[in-house]
Amino acid sequence: MARAVTQQRKIINTTAAWVIGLLIFFPILWTILTSFKTEATAIADPPVFLAFDWTLENYTAVMERSNYAKFLWNSIIIAGGSTILGIIIAVPAAWSMAFVPSRRTKDILLWMLSTKMLPAVGVLYPIYLICIKLGILDSRVALVIILMLMNLPIIVWMLYTYFKEIPGEILEAARMDGASLKEEILYVLTPMAIPGIASTLLLNFILAWNEAFWTLNLTAANAAPLTAFIASYSSPEGLFFAKLSAASTMAIAPILILGWFSQKQLVSGLTFGAVK
Amino acid sequence: MGQIKLNQVTKSFGDVQVIPPLDLTIEDGEFTVFVGPSGCGKSTLLRLIAGLEDITSGHIEIDGADATNVPPAKRGLAMVFQSYALYPHMSVRKNIAFPMKMAGVPEDEQKRRIEAAAKALNLTDYLDRKPGQLSGGQRQRVAIGRSIVREPSAFLFDEPLSNLDAALRVGMRLEISELHKRLATTMIYVTHDQVEAMTMADKIVVLRAGIIEQVGSPLELYHNPRNEFVAGFIGSPKMNLIKGAEAQKHDAATIGIRPEHTDVSKTEGTWKGTVGVAEHLGSDTFIHVHNTGLETGPGDMFTVRITGDIEVKHGDDIYLTPQLDKLHKFDPQGLRID
Amino acid sequence: MATQHSRSAARIMMAPAVILLLGWMLVPLVMTLLFSFKKYLPMRGGDLGWVGFENYVRFVSSSAFWPSVSATLIVVGGVLAITIFFGVLLAILLNQPMWGQGVVRILVIAPFFVMPTVSALVWKNMFMDPTNGLFAHLWRFFGADPVSWLSEASLPSIVMIVSWQWLPFATLILLTAIQSLDSEQLEAAEMDGAPPLKRFAFITLPHLSRAITIVLLIQTIFLLAIFAEIFVTTGGAFGTRTLTYLIFQRVLESQNIGLGSAGGVYAIILANIVAIFLMRIVGKNLDA
Repeated sequence: MARAVTQQRKIINTTAAWVIGLLIFFPILWTILTSFKTEATAIADPPVFLAFDWTLENYTAVMERSNYAKFLWNSIIIAGGSTILGIIIAVPAAWSMAFVPSRRTKDILLWMLSTKMLPAVGVLYPIYLICIKLGILDSRVALVIILMLMNLPIIVWMLYTYFKEIPGEILEAARMDGASLKEEILYVLTPMAIPGIASTLLLNFILAWNEAFWTLNLTAANAAPLTAFIASYSSPEGLFFAKLSAASTMAIAPILILGWFSQKQLVSGLTFGAVK
Repeated sequence: MGQIKLNQVTKSFGDVQVIPPLDLTIEDGEFTVFVGPSGCGKSTLLRLIAGLEDITSGHIEIDGADATNVPPAKRGLAMVFQSYALYPHMSVRKNIAFPMKMAGVPEDEQKRRIEAAAKALNLTDYLDRKPGQLSGGQRQRVAIGRSIVREPSAFLFDEPLSNLDAALRVGMRLEISELHKRLATTMIYVTHDQVEAMTMADKIVVLRAGIIEQVGSPLELYHNPRNEFVAGFIGSPKMNLIKGAEAQKHDAATIGIRPEHTDVSKTEGTWKGTVGVAEHLGSDTFIHVHNTGLETGPGDMFTVRITGDIEVKHGDDIYLTPQLDKLHKFDPQGLRID
Repeated sequence: MATQHSRSAARIMMAPAVILLLGWMLVPLVMTLLFSFKKYLPMRGGDLGWVGFENYVRFVSSSAFWPSVSATLIVVGGVLAITIFFGVLLAILLNQPMWGQGVVRILVIAPFFVMPTVSALVWKNMFMDPTNGLFAHLWRFFGADPVSWLSEASLPSIVMIVSWQWLPFATLILLTAIQSLDSEQLEAAEMDGAPPLKRFAFITLPHLSRAITIVLLIQTIFLLAIFAEIFVTTGGAFGTRTLTYLIFQRVLESQNIGLGSAGGVYAIILANIVAIFLMRIVGKNLDA
């Protein structure tokens, strides 16, 4: 609105928005605060908000109790590996669909999207069985592959949308300049699409990091990532609020930060470009 | 070197044939302009020569060798695109170097050629900038620079000036013409602007719906248009094409008279009409005349162009006399009658 | 662009993605279909042969089926209603001029990035725990008896947890849609004498209808599949066994693969019905 708004209305808007925003954010804030409390203050009634003795003991306790580093490492490998593998497979596919479209391109894109709609639980046992047969149950490899396949449609779609915005003439110019297909993708397309590729990477890393069906059902001691680590606090350790909070904070902090950077891509990525 | 020969070339997109069988020879060193209304296939033809599209049938020869199935990069041609198609993530220097890098030209040779091109195109001060920091005209020059350094056997230009404003366009037109004189390399230039075609070309190819209507030098086309379409397309303002009784007096289905080949008088002449709009440009005056009783198409308006100024205003009576030796006659098929 | 050479290159470069996804879709699907027609108990005898449609009939006629359907409908419907209603309101609010808009938006969006297991556990213990949870403190402060949320009001509690997770998504998409509304349209309506509520009803809401449909469909697909939130809170007890969870229990807990697979086929059909509508909308957008 290209119009001056009265100061009073702006104050009302601001207050309302901040109150609601903080209310929505409160569970996260409360978790982070509680992670610095002792177990006793964590359950104090009335609850203590800020005036408590800040301590790091929960973080040390969580680190000692379980092999946090291993879960974290599994999460990084699984989320990172599936995302990077997905991008490597998706870039050539998206290049084809964006720059050499055929009559079937649209159908292929929609079909890819449709594989994303298969309910995981419908194919849980077959996947479980295949993993056993291949001897990769409870391995990071299995999860890297499965999460990659799960997110591949989103990756292809996002890259396709970004590539579409690059004028085809530039790629033709590269071809006239003597670039081979590989050089064209490597030296011209990829550098131009870096922002798009980066957002795709980010959003899919987050989706893979938070994935909690396959990671819970296909892992045990060996390949369990942070989702499973937290699920192990279900009971009875969940009653130790401060430690639960510390573990939770450690599991979500990296992704919260990445998430704030990628909020814009979230829309185009998860709606497959249907909302702009 | 840079003779290009099209032999019975056709192009279809699906079931639609956009270029029916077409023969054309472009001689080495010639500046050839493909001109025609939008959708006439001129850009497609250029892209066929470039190798960016496959031809459906026929042959393309470059310097006597069959190039029909040679990929674009191997044809030894350089292309300047309408949008310039500069690589936005590379500096001007790297943009210009890119084709040489692809071809594996040694570093010091690359450097020498970049500097020579930059000097010729006034880009020396901008070599380390990115395309985004340049003006339209400068981007255009970078695109040309990038094509020069490859020392191609022919340059292809796809409407290179259409994204520039009017003043810059005139300047770049001259620069490209001068470049052609200096390099004496074959150039093929696509435009829909007949003024560009007339001012730059050695040879103009007029296209309509994928068919070559006429090939010739600018003045040949101006003086002896082969048919009504070329007559109406070449020249500005457009030739007046008159049908009906007036044409039959000259034993033709249509007669054409250019605005500049019509004499004007306030007192007497062959045809009488009233002034609609008079455009005073100072050096010339264009007068759009109504109510002449001539069948010149929708609105039945007749345009004349006279040198210098004349005192006429809307609604004045005016008399027109065609210069009969400059009259063009066409038969019912639209073909020229000599 | 389209030379023979580049077209064949395109086909080759598309192949890995297409083949992988085809395998990912077909192999498990075919296996699920096969199992669904078998009596298959890996722990108690393994493959006991073909049984026709028996599993399909048994899955539907089991006493757990209808409650699971109603639990699914309540969760999906409840979350959709809450997230879309509040999402529209929040999107309109966030679109108003204010101080610190960027920060507020970040606060509102944050829950979406919290992994489902964490949000479920934090809500379950730190808020909904009947003795030490914040809600219990709050209730006692007002002199009321604390509620054991996850056993006494189990479904509403799950709806609330999941809504908190998905409200940011709805808000963000609706906000993006609102921002693309041409403000001149609203100003024209204002000049035509439409009061704010009418402007909302006749201009803003119709403009949002497409975004709302998208939110509806995408969330439905994800909500039909929610798992972790139930897994770590109630484990399917207290009437929170959704269709997804029921199938999971049949397959992994009672190891009745045939029965679970039949359920899986039902779930796939259900998801596909929703998906068809979503694809229509997305497909239309491709042409534009």
